[in-house]
Amino acid sequence: MKITQSKINELLSEPGCEHNHKKQGEKKNKSCAQLAKPGAAQGGCAFDGAMIALVPIADAAHLVHGPIACSGNSWGGRGSLSSGPMLYKTGFTTDLDETDVIFGGEKKLYKAILEIEKRYKPAAVFVYSTCVTALIGDDLDAVCKVAAKKTGTPVIPVNSPGFIGSKNFGNRLGGEALLEYVVGTAEPEFTTPYDINLIGEYNIAGEMWNVLPLLEKLGIRVLAKITGDARYKEICYAHHAKLNVMICSKALLNMARKMEERYGIPYIEESFYGIEDINHCLRNIAAKLGDADLIERTEKLIAEENTALDIALAPYRERLKGKRVVLYTGGVKSWSIISAAKDLGIEVVATSARKSTEEDKARIKKLLGKDGIILEQESPKEILRIVKETKADMLIAGGRNQYTALKARIPFLDINQERHHPYAGYRGMVEMARELYEALYSPVWEQVRKPAPWEDNNQTSRQEFSAPLSPVSSTLSSSSSIEVI
Amino acid sequence: MAIVTTSEKPVVVNPLKQSQALGATLAFLGLKGMIPLMHGAQGCTAFAKVVLVRHFREAIPLSTTAMTEVSTILGGEENVEQAILTLVQRTKPEIIGLCTTGLVETRGDDMEGFLKEIRQRHPELDYLPIVLVSTPDFKGSLQDGFANAVESIVKQVPQKSNRQNVDSKQITILAGSAFTPGDVQEIKEIVTSFGLKPIFIPDLSASLDGHLEDSYSPVTACGTSLSELKHLGDSVFTLALGESMRSAAQILEQKFGIPYKVFSELTGLEATDNFLQALANISDTSVPEKYRRQRRQLQDAMLDTHFYFGCKRVSLALEPDLLWSIVHFLQSMGTQIHAAVTTTRSPILEKLPVKNVTIGDLEDFEQLAIGSDLLIGNSHTAAIANRLKIPLYRQGIPIFDRLGNGQFTKVGYQGTMQLLFDIGNLFLEQEESLVIGH
Repeated sequence: MKITQSKINELLSEPGCEHNHKKQGEKKNKSCAQLAKPGAAQGGCAFDGAMIALVPIADAAHLVHGPIACSGNSWGGRGSLSSGPMLYKTGFTTDLDETDVIFGGEKKLYKAILEIEKRYKPAAVFVYSTCVTALIGDDLDAVCKVAAKKTGTPVIPVNSPGFIGSKNFGNRLGGEALLEYVVGTAEPEFTTPYDINLIGEYNIAGEMWNVLPLLEKLGIRVLAKITGDARYKEICYAHHAKLNVMICSKALLNMARKMEERYGIPYIEESFYGIEDINHCLRNIAAKLGDADLIERTEKLIAEENTALDIALAPYRERLKGKRVVLYTGGVKSWSIISAAKDLGIEVVATSARKSTEEDKARIKKLLGKDGIILEQESPKEILRIVKETKADMLIAGGRNQYTALKARIPFLDINQERHHPYAGYRGMVEMARELYEALYSPVWEQVRKPAPWEDNNQTSRQEFSAPLSPVSSTLSSSSSIEVI
Repeated sequence: MAIVTTSEKPVVVNPLKQSQALGATLAFLGLKGMIPLMHGAQGCTAFAKVVLVRHFREAIPLSTTAMTEVSTILGGEENVEQAILTLVQRTKPEIIGLCTTGLVETRGDDMEGFLKEIRQRHPELDYLPIVLVSTPDFKGSLQDGFANAVESIVKQVPQKSNRQNVDSKQITILAGSAFTPGDVQEIKEIVTSFGLKPIFIPDLSASLDGHLEDSYSPVTACGTSLSELKHLGDSVFTLALGESMRSAAQILEQKFGIPYKVFSELTGLEATDNFLQALANISDTSVPEKYRRQRRQLQDAMLDTHFYFGCKRVSLALEPDLLWSIVHFLQSMGTQIHAAVTTTRSPILEKLPVKNVTIGDLEDFEQLAIGSDLLIGNSHTAAIANRLKIPLYRQGIPIFDRLGNGQFTKVGYQGTMQLLFDIGNLFLEQEESLVIGH
């Protein structure tokens, strides 16, 4: 896949993305084409994004063509789980040295692919270019082509130098690679009228495993998981699905839209977070597959699951009711988590709308109510100020902000890709409720906020951070604490 | 004594090595009021930040020049300038540590030229030291980047000294990447107990030890202060901890005529003895009673634990300085080195009292480690320990599946005892499991 300027523009102005078609004039294309600000930018790069999108393909080898930083500082750190092969967890890199930078790294790359193929027998090799190999002009496509021919194993070039854009953009580059080299290259053994693909669900902390059993119960077959816990082969025949279900992600929108174009597969955008959203997701899948019996069974399943969930959540709801949280995340999660929080009786007093589309923002506004604050990109200091001002009990954000909150003695819940707890599906709601309960009611808050006996109680500096949380732990008798379920 | 071989595979499998820029960042974080700035694409910074946050469980101040396709073609000067101005405005640093990456080193950005021009355009930045270090990703490893940053600090920050105001109590301590914040803390306590005033470069014990501050700071809240750095020329002696710190010590010797001594390890009875004796000589005081007592405790601990260490075979995957230190400690307990894998060239590798050292990756390590009784390496070796069914003792960076990495201490008599008990318990557990059955 050559990355030409026209390819970049095409990906930046993805017509399926509301960022583009809902905005007019100056703001059009703003968020995707927006350049990172030196000295203030915080996110990952396109290479990171491409790897996030593709590394979950568990039986493939993922080879990073670049110097040590790209792989050495990042391998093994992503939270996607596999139910079988572990090859995706192996860090492969050409680890370019000075000589390679001067004389080019193509030969080394070719040998590396051959060596991996010989020793690890991967289902496929994904080769990622990086800033340095893009800059020295290594022809990734040509090397991959020759290596694929020589080995008989698919070798997929992913042109993803970090400087080309943001993490989100990298997701799209990953999607493009799948579209160009993988989807449509094999046929499934059989198809059913209930075949769907999940797109943009990476099985972080095993979240997908909270959802697959539900679909299974309904007789819906997930033909291809793109890409959480995927095997290479299933993505090859993804073009036979009847429906594409995009999960919580605008990132792989290009894939869903182009698959509609090429193969006539309709797509829907859904979320697995929050009771209403899971209900909606299941209903919508059933409706799109258009089978009266399936629709009926779906309603029955939803009713069963909701009843069971209400019982499981009851003790938590009692404890979480009325708690106030500040949510700092991006994109679809901004509203999908609000919806999950509302299900638990938690009030979201402020949320961010970074990376969110106009549609996302409209949903946020509706869910937040009139007093809710919508944040843009804020510094950690600003986030802390808002927590204080809104008298919030806790911060829900990505791992990067974990220590911002903890250092200020504020309860925290991690909702990004490095986390270890699955929050998707009905089961995920219970997990999330338990984590929220643990964070809010931990007896440590009172202890870490209390000044030492020899310190002045009226110390103002400490006051600044004593978040306005009521001293819950002291009022919580042991009998009323919740047994871990 | 050791034969050093370099793995000649075209592909690195499960890297042990990390980038220089990551090491330089870590070193910079030991200075007060610091924000490190990586000149490269956003991802360079994001990856390094994630590694450090996960390892130390701390907020890590770290920033990027956010190179884009256009600036990669046209040159990164504007990005460097904009990043510095933005940081000054938003975070008010006392000092900035600027390191390069593979991207900008490949395109050949003239960093010194950039800084010169930026300073000319912005005289308002005159007060602000910006330490520049070259840390290409395609050369060296974390340890090299750390050492390069320390060299840049001692080269660029201290003010001139005519050696008229030498403080007979002030010593400079260069603490290499093998030392944890807990190690630095212990060394600080030892050194001050001799009545000496140490200036650490860097002082991770103040910034990454894991402590609560009263207010939020976007730059490092603690660490070695700028005024301490400026007065390095008045130190009476330099202690370089770790072979990788030798060059920085030599720079101080050439610049100010300050004598130095390199301590390659501070773990083990003999190593600690030598260190305390040196401190006694420099300070002209006797070794405090506290350490005389600890020495007796360590001797006793060595007797209690030697049954478990003797003739055991251990395989290590560590950066050169840490490898050197742990190998010597293990051998001092009668343990044999089964395999040693490391990341980068170092003059001490040939001198290691083992047969072979491999500069390689964790795939090499997995093959070489078969048949050993214990593995020592970072968290990436946990999967190997699992596959080989050999217990693992975690050392190095990153460690993300264990708590308390900032506080962990392995130096001095006290730290040596900790290491003896930690590793001894792993051996003991193996033995006991045979007794009680599985």
